Amino acid sequence: MNAKLIIDIAINLIRARLKQSIIAAVGVTFGIAMFVTLLGFMNGLNNLLDGLMLNRTPHVRLYNEVKPSTDQPVLISKEYKNNTNFIQSIKPKDRGREIYNSKAIINILKQDKRVIDVAPKVTAPVFFNTGSIEITGVVNGIDVPAEEHLFKVSDYIIEGNVFDLNNESNTIIIGKGLAEQMLVKVGDVVKITTIKGGLVSLKIVGIIQIGIAEIDNTMSYTSLRTAQMILGESASYITDIQVKLTDVMMSPETAKEYRAKFGIDAIDAQTANSQFETGSNVRSIISYAVGITLLIVAGFGIYNILNMMIYEKMDSIAILKATGFSGNDVKWIFISLSLIIGIVGGLFGLLFGFGLSSIIDNIPFETSSLPTIKTYPIDYKYTYYVIGFTFAVCTTTIAGLFPALKASKIDPVEIIRGK
Amino acid sequence: MTLLKLLEENNMSNIILETKNINKYFYDPVKFKVLSDINMSINEGEFVSIVGKSGCGKSTLLYILSTMDTDYEGELTINGVSLTSKTDKDLAVVRNERIGFVFQFHYLLPEYNVLKNVMLPGIKLAKHSIQEIEHKAMEQLRKLDMVDQALKSPNQLSGGQKQRVAIARALINDPLIIMGDEPTGNLDKKNSDMVFDIFNTLVKERNQALLIVTHDPDFAERTHRTIEMADGRIIS
Repeated sequence: MNAKLIIDIAINLIRARLKQSIIAAVGVTFGIAMFVTLLGFMNGLNNLLDGLMLNRTPHVRLYNEVKPSTDQPVLISKEYKNNTNFIQSIKPKDRGREIYNSKAIINILKQDKRVIDVAPKVTAPVFFNTGSIEITGVVNGIDVPAEEHLFKVSDYIIEGNVFDLNNESNTIIIGKGLAEQMLVKVGDVVKITTIKGGLVSLKIVGIIQIGIAEIDNTMSYTSLRTAQMILGESASYITDIQVKLTDVMMSPETAKEYRAKFGIDAIDAQTANSQFETGSNVRSIISYAVGITLLIVAGFGIYNILNMMIYEKMDSIAILKATGFSGNDVKWIFISLSLIIGIVGGLFGLLFGFGLSSIIDNIPFETSSLPTIKTYPIDYKYTYYVIGFTFAVCTTTIAGLFPALKASKIDPVEIIRGK
Repeated sequence: MTLLKLLEENNMSNIILETKNINKYFYDPVKFKVLSDINMSINEGEFVSIVGKSGCGKSTLLYILSTMDTDYEGELTINGVSLTSKTDKDLAVVRNERIGFVFQFHYLLPEYNVLKNVMLPGIKLAKHSIQEIEHKAMEQLRKLDMVDQALKSPNQLSGGQKQRVAIARALINDPLIIMGDEPTGNLDKKNSDMVFDIFNTLVKERNQALLIVTHDPDFAERTHRTIEMADGRIIS
């Protein structure tokens, strides 16, 4: 009953000063709208940029790293067991790049509940021959359906179809930069020399563009079988096993687990792309800082308006106190008043923020390096809306608190006698 | 203190309000004793006026008695309960339930209409449902011949009408005592008579205690008892 009465009085005070209250609420609305839009836009861009790298990176990649053996002969010797041994000029051990027993590993991985899918891959450095010039490049032999499932390769194909790699043997899809350098188009044949000296001719069935020039200038895709054939290896030859997990945050632990379990090297997406993470974090911090500043400014607006309102409403406060409202009641009247302004302003802010985001989301943003992007990216994550609204309510409460405390301390006698 | 004895002799009915040795100082700009040794009591159904020259401390006394001013020495008792050193919250409850106020300037809330102004202390007390309070408020307004104005804003009323609304509000919780700080000070003769008549009816019909500060000698003369003050003391 009491709370209802206090809120009723607060609403009536707002009505009596509707214009000022609306201005205060608009301040909050503006702050929240900008906060939500800014964060959505900034994170949309972040996700886009991260996606450029991360979507193409497996969450965990299993491979054989070029490194020296950990067990050196001197360590086995009983004679020097208790000595500190220095070994110089160690060379990495040639274990080959092939993952042994890859079929069994893939089968185990596919049964793991944390794993979405597994894609085997063969990578091989090659030379593309055009006239008398050799261009260094990389051939990625992929399991087309698995690769498409995990990395949406077809999104980046600007000409041709990725499934043609499976439909025709001895076919290749090459990077756009590479195609431009060699002056070739779909349907042409390219000659490839492997580092071991083998020479093969492959028909181009597509052009791919990732949007990162360095990669587009060197990269090409073939089917697994074709890659194995180029290298003169058997059908079990696999150099990489790419794993996508249900939760990308789990990748460091999972990578560690696989490393121990399968006895091969495993790298997680976070380690492989740490520089991207840092960039995203910094951009997020900047957008939060700007958004919160806007809300604090709105808070000062509310503080000012409430202060003025209290001076104008001295008489009303005095009479409320004379007729039995305690200082505490008066304090709550003004706190609810500012809360109402905050909540109403905040809700409109979320609405306008969403609207503004939708508008940005529809602005055309076409760039040749990002073939899949047609409009500016926006992230509509609900957490930004929750954070924005919570912060709006907190700022307005704090902004209202000081004027409310002041109002609660007003001495009615002074005002009534002062008339 | 012959006065106290006199009061005690007259004290046939219940004492509603009583003070013991109330002293008050103002500290700004210099320490100055505004009230000294105020001993008085008011009984049920008694219509008391306080008179005195400007600055004699009569308003100051009234605000102490009203519990709004707590910065004093001595003891204040309302309905047998000592109110000295009670918390702000407790005093607010006492004001809400036990005391009705009528000021020189109407002091209605401009945000609410007349009816809601009258109802407000009742809603705050929350002893009855809103419907009952509304019914009661209309009843009070009817008695004061203000029922036609119930839904108007206070700004649309004349001075006398505003004062009648203020009286209706003071009565909404059936207080033990009604206090007035020059309630007729701002009114013409006709309206001032009307306010007096309303007060008189309250005393007769409801056995209501009234304590009115006034500097209108006519008004004071017609009350049951007049307390005269000078230089912070009760002189008769």
